[in-house]
Amino acid sequence: MNTLAIIETSKPVYTRPDSLTDIQMRYCPGCTHGIAHRLVAEVLDELGIKERTVAIATVGCSVYAYEYFDTDAVQASHGRGPAVATGIKRCQPDTIVFTYQGDGDLAAIGLAEVLHAAARAENFTVVFINNAVFGMTQGQMAPTTLMGQKTTTTPLGRSVEQGGYPLNICELLAQIPGVAYLARETMTSPKRVRQAKRSLKKAFQVQMAGLGFSLVELISSCPTWWHMKPLEALQWIEDVMVQQYPLKVFVDKLEAGE
Amino acid sequence: MRQEVFMAGMGGQGVLLAGQLLAQAALEAGLELSWFPLYSPEVRGGRATCTLVIADGEVGSPVVGQPGSVILMDGIAVDNHLHRVRPGGLAVINSSLTGGEVSRNDIDIVVIPATNAAMELGSERATNMVLLGAYVRASGVVEAQAVEEALYRVLPERHYDYIPTNVAALQRGAQLAEGQLV
Amino acid sequence: MPERQLITGNEAAAEGAIAGGCRYFFGYPITPQNKIPEYMSEHLPRIGGVYVQAESEVAAINMLYGAAATGAWAMTTSSSPGISLMQEGLSYMIGAELPCVLVDMVRGGPGLGNIAPAQSDYWLATRGAGHGDGRCLTFAPASVQELYDLTGEAFPIAQKYRNPVMILADAVLASMREPCTLRERLDPPQEKPPWAVGGARKGRQRNIINSLWTAPPVMEEVNLRVAQRYEQARQNELRWTEHGADDPEILVCAYGISARICQTAIEHAAEAGVACRLIRPISLFPFPVQVIADWAQRVNKVLVVELSLGQFIEDVRLAVEGACPVEFLGHTGGVLVTPEEVAARIIEIA
Repeated sequence: MNTLAIIETSKPVYTRPDSLTDIQMRYCPGCTHGIAHRLVAEVLDELGIKERTVAIATVGCSVYAYEYFDTDAVQASHGRGPAVATGIKRCQPDTIVFTYQGDGDLAAIGLAEVLHAAARAENFTVVFINNAVFGMTQGQMAPTTLMGQKTTTTPLGRSVEQGGYPLNICELLAQIPGVAYLARETMTSPKRVRQAKRSLKKAFQVQMAGLGFSLVELISSCPTWWHMKPLEALQWIEDVMVQQYPLKVFVDKLEAGE
Repeated sequence: MRQEVFMAGMGGQGVLLAGQLLAQAALEAGLELSWFPLYSPEVRGGRATCTLVIADGEVGSPVVGQPGSVILMDGIAVDNHLHRVRPGGLAVINSSLTGGEVSRNDIDIVVIPATNAAMELGSERATNMVLLGAYVRASGVVEAQAVEEALYRVLPERHYDYIPTNVAALQRGAQLAEGQLV
Repeated sequence: MPERQLITGNEAAAEGAIAGGCRYFFGYPITPQNKIPEYMSEHLPRIGGVYVQAESEVAAINMLYGAAATGAWAMTTSSSPGISLMQEGLSYMIGAELPCVLVDMVRGGPGLGNIAPAQSDYWLATRGAGHGDGRCLTFAPASVQELYDLTGEAFPIAQKYRNPVMILADAVLASMREPCTLRERLDPPQEKPPWAVGGARKGRQRNIINSLWTAPPVMEEVNLRVAQRYEQARQNELRWTEHGADDPEILVCAYGISARICQTAIEHAAEAGVACRLIRPISLFPFPVQVIADWAQRVNKVLVVELSLGQFIEDVRLAVEGACPVEFLGHTGGVLVTPEEVAARIIEIA
């Protein structure tokens, strides 16, 4: 049997999800954006909602997300993804809408939009990538940068005097009644990846059930701007980042049966 | 026919309502009109003015520098606006709230104690109606009856209880003006 | 039988939008246009529409961006400082070739300014639309009826050119009451445009709404396509009115509320023996260049009147192209010109 024949007769165990295009992603080696994209795409496939989903790409490393998700897509201005999602969802309530936002987009310039979308109980899903650094603009401090963490704009490490304290977005959102699902996950091990996918799926199910605002924060690695090897970066998440950003399901109205 | 009336008073005196009533009466009479309010940004206690232009053809400018006629509801309004009336024009003035002498002899002036008259009718707040009644009588711009009917179009239904007092005030104003017309 | 009603400009803009097919409104309160969102919040839900009070003008314009991406007929309204905040969103909408309608009830500026009438957003409206090469198609009504009519007509125009349309009015028009004949409310088209996102894809190619084109030749291609639509608008959407003498000494150019003031002013001037013609552009972008150029050949002088220190006058000068002197009369900061003042200036320059 030649190789082609082997491929043709074998049962595939790992393929590209339908909801991802075959465009090659532009992310750095060791970045967890790729895993996060794949998890979202698998969830869209499994829930059978690809055909009625609109993905909202924002500004940051994931600005090209509209090329990677094989769904209708809208590219939004910096930080305004949740406002754009509000416009889409209010006009077409049957559409499944998600924004894909980094920590600069969501926690800095777009904080008002995400908080108010949550307060209005807008029925869409936010995938929030927190890697504690501005990636696309080459490694500057983000609102989620840890105390003491070195970035290109905190060369001596983040200090209170210069940059204030990190923002914990989930803890902030957890007190808003419009939030129907809220979880913080990471992707540092197969177990963590499976857990992250479970939360993402819940978030979309909450949206499908019309329960309100859902957000999953994914603690992500940025080997490039953390100046670490990919595995070191994952270890740093486990050792350091989750101390500041504990992994947790904060709100789950689907489980609560609301 | 093109008639301009500028109205001024303190906020809460019903300057805008008086203007709206006259505007509604003109609309019902099939005339063209433009009513333009201007008030200071305080929600209460500021100054209120409005300009109403009524015409049987195109209205043209809703903004008027020298109005043909004015209704001035208090002393500040007289101080600020009496001098603007076009020569040959008409001023209706509330003497209950104006201290000074009226100092123009090139216009028709109707001076009536509108606030006192309104209080005699049981509602100080009907001062604007007394003045409007006097103005309608003096200017003849619309029928007095049309203004009374306009009350039902302009006031919200929950305020219909006040209509009889308002009608009485309009009629009292007309009576008071009558005595002053040459 | 359509009935004439006495309504404010704000009510006219709101009802005009609904009558023209608008079913979605996103806005943030700012004086002097608050009656519009109030009206929309009451009326839209009753007819299956949606009103959302945004957390800011920035959010409002981005909600509009999302709504427009679905092919919905949507609008926002604001006043000068709020329109400043919306500039980035407008730029994105032009880049993404999305239609929408905005109303700017201009107030005195710059800064927080005041709530009095002004026309100092002319550049903002006709040149603005944020960064890049785009512009808003801009129309300026001069009466409550025209505000009602134009706001409704703006929706199909926005769709036709896939570009934001700005209705440029002011605090006088917003708050004044005039008789207005209301039409029956039209429904927006059932069928979504082929480029819209959302709904079930049902086998069609996926749609992407985007203004990111990293390859300069591709970005240029998009900009040229947008410019081509502006050229089509120049062919199809020019609007203006003319008043006054057929053999004038002075050509008066004014738009919006200033033109109403000038209409009475040229009557005063005629009584004083100075014949004037008034041209009132309704479409400000595209601008009715030719009619002004033609009349400029036939008069001694042009007088431009506007409620700013001189913004609209630049378009008039470009149209006159030096054919005769162009004089100016304006007030700023919320101060109105009066017909008497304009007439005196006409007589002075005649």
